[in-house]
Amino acid sequence: MKRTIFNSQLLPWLLLAPQLAITFVFFLWPAAQAIRQSFLRQDAFGIRTTFVGFENFQRLLNSPEYLNSLQVTAVFAVSVTLLSMGFALLLAVAVDRMIRSSRIYTTALVWPYAVAPAVAGILWWFIFNPTVGIMPYMLGQLGYNWNHISNPGDAMTLVVIASAWKQISYNFLFFLAGLQAIPNSLREAAAIDGAGPVRRFFDITFPLLSPTTFFLLVVNIVYAMFDTFAVIDTTTRGGPAQATNILVYKVYFDGFVGQNMGSSAAQSVFLMLIVTVLTVIQFRFIEKKVAY
Amino acid sequence: MIRYSTISAIALIASLGAAKAQTTVEWWHAMGGELGAKLEQVAQNFNDSQDEFRVMPSYKGTYPETMTAAIAAFRANQQPAIVQVFEVGTGTMMAAEGAIVPVYQLMEEHGEEFDPSIFLPQVVGYYTDTNGNMLSMPFNSSTPILYYNKTVFEAAGLDPEQPPRTWQELEQMSRQIMESGAAPCGFTSQWISWIQTENFSAWHNQPIGTGENGFAGLDSRLTLNGEAQVRHWGNLKQWADEGLFRYGGPVGGDNAPPAFYAQECAIYMASSAARAGVIANTEAFDLGFGMLPYYDDIEGAPQNSIIGGATLWVLSGKSDDEYRAVAAFFDYLTQPEVQADWAEPTGYLPITQAAYDLSTERGFYANNPGAETSIQQITLNEPTENSKGLRFGNYVQIRGIIDEEFEQMLSGAKDAQAALDSVVARGNDLIEQFQAQNQ
Repeated sequence: MKRTIFNSQLLPWLLLAPQLAITFVFFLWPAAQAIRQSFLRQDAFGIRTTFVGFENFQRLLNSPEYLNSLQVTAVFAVSVTLLSMGFALLLAVAVDRMIRSSRIYTTALVWPYAVAPAVAGILWWFIFNPTVGIMPYMLGQLGYNWNHISNPGDAMTLVVIASAWKQISYNFLFFLAGLQAIPNSLREAAAIDGAGPVRRFFDITFPLLSPTTFFLLVVNIVYAMFDTFAVIDTTTRGGPAQATNILVYKVYFDGFVGQNMGSSAAQSVFLMLIVTVLTVIQFRFIEKKVAY
Repeated sequence: MIRYSTISAIALIASLGAAKAQTTVEWWHAMGGELGAKLEQVAQNFNDSQDEFRVMPSYKGTYPETMTAAIAAFRANQQPAIVQVFEVGTGTMMAAEGAIVPVYQLMEEHGEEFDPSIFLPQVVGYYTDTNGNMLSMPFNSSTPILYYNKTVFEAAGLDPEQPPRTWQELEQMSRQIMESGAAPCGFTSQWISWIQTENFSAWHNQPIGTGENGFAGLDSRLTLNGEAQVRHWGNLKQWADEGLFRYGGPVGGDNAPPAFYAQECAIYMASSAARAGVIANTEAFDLGFGMLPYYDDIEGAPQNSIIGGATLWVLSGKSDDEYRAVAAFFDYLTQPEVQADWAEPTGYLPITQAAYDLSTERGFYANNPGAETSIQQITLNEPTENSKGLRFGNYVQIRGIIDEEFEQMLSGAKDAQAALDSVVARGNDLIEQFQAQNQ
């Protein structure tokens, strides 16, 4: 790689300044505020403030609701990731085998990615609405009484489907690109050796896709944990009985609805730690070990 | 062309000058749709009635969103002069000494001839301190009532003119409705928290919490796990299992109204302010109104129901001129015509006796059956310590806990006693935190 040499110290800093300013104002400053707030106890209007040390964190770790939220988040993130990556891989393999119409299918499959999460949430909320939705009606014909308003399992299914559906497009694009980068000669060689399509997929294609798969794994977990707020907010609002109250939604609810800034800030700090760990995993293990 | 723009420039400057001379105050509110249009009309009429002050309403979303926005604005020193806060935010607002200007104080300092005795005690009682001083200005107050489908009642062989008076009757009627096939479900309800728990307690003269339901101070605690409440929740669970009762979902119960409109459930408990919407959606059948049912073997029932809705709070940090504007606006709001014009179409309660009398005089209650049910129910008896209202900090979250525990009970994970015990334990934990934050 070519190294650019700057003659003075000033110019590179100047060029970096806008990005640094944005990072500082929108990321570092709020993060510092959250950390500060997490050690304080404050009334809603910010009139009385007391330093309470680690009390906010202690309360969280002793709170069954928070532990429940952790568990819910884990179930949710794993389900969304598996569902969206599984479907995306299936579709990518199918499109990869097409010759003529692959472009049209690619475009059609990428479409949902352009839909805003809130809109996706509302869409699925309509489809699954127990009173007016089409799915509960069809499930009712099959003898299943769908009600995500009172049934925690149904509610979780709904938010997982709504969140995974949107992410399929993104995963599909990466998987397709990954598949097209695999030299055909390898698969042909395997075919000549007598490996069937299933064997070829699992022994040749899938291992060669592993960099893409690992990358998407991290991206999807991050997506499920942090970008699904709008889906939850428009469908279940964390209910019923906290069955879909993921960590991000709980931060919002406790902080903005409940006005409990200290606890909300402490939860943000925990979230920050989780993001940090995920980022480290991505850079340490994936970017380095897996060559593209 | 040039002349045109000169004239318009002069006009613009002139209008700016005119606007400058007025004192403008912002009013943040949570009334969308039809109600929002009515509210803007109220502000417009006030602005047209004089030229010294201007009130600028702006819609900030749902009740919790509006309250959050105002609090965030206060922290950033950008607060409006007036903000509409729902009744469960009262505890939080009251405790915020230094952030609010109590209405009685505002009116003493800036208002002309303000007489707190003109208000209906059942309405303002919710918003007064222990010395009887009014802290916020009631604007839209409602109370839950019972709506029922006369057509289904008739088909089930029931007297369509006789709504259920007691829960025992309601159960028996629901059963008859279901068994006769007139409708697949007996009854549904909005707001498990507000209607089936808080109002249920007040209506049966049972305490919601210690210290006069929280009015006495920050050290009050919830006592919702009393015998009467446990019995009622237990019944609701049993009725839900039998199909007599259909749960409408958490918070306001979004799925309850469609079930009533589609004639699936014959009886519906909802806010009196839902009246206009209910009438508009039930043209397909005859609609009846009634008071909330009660258990006739619980002593003290029926007592009186309590209100919901919102009041206007005045935030601190504004100039004397702005407070004079707010005082003038509040004065305007209490005028009988203004009140009656607001309350009649919306289904909210009139907040002054004079407004109530004016509506009666105009024949509004005579011509609109059911419209008076709410006010009769709220004034049925002199309020007791248990039926004045409630005032706890962090109550928005506690409402959420009530919904969650109710859902746990419905799913069979807990019985009524365990669910309500848990409401009390989790709720009191939040109240303790609130007390610590505000001391």
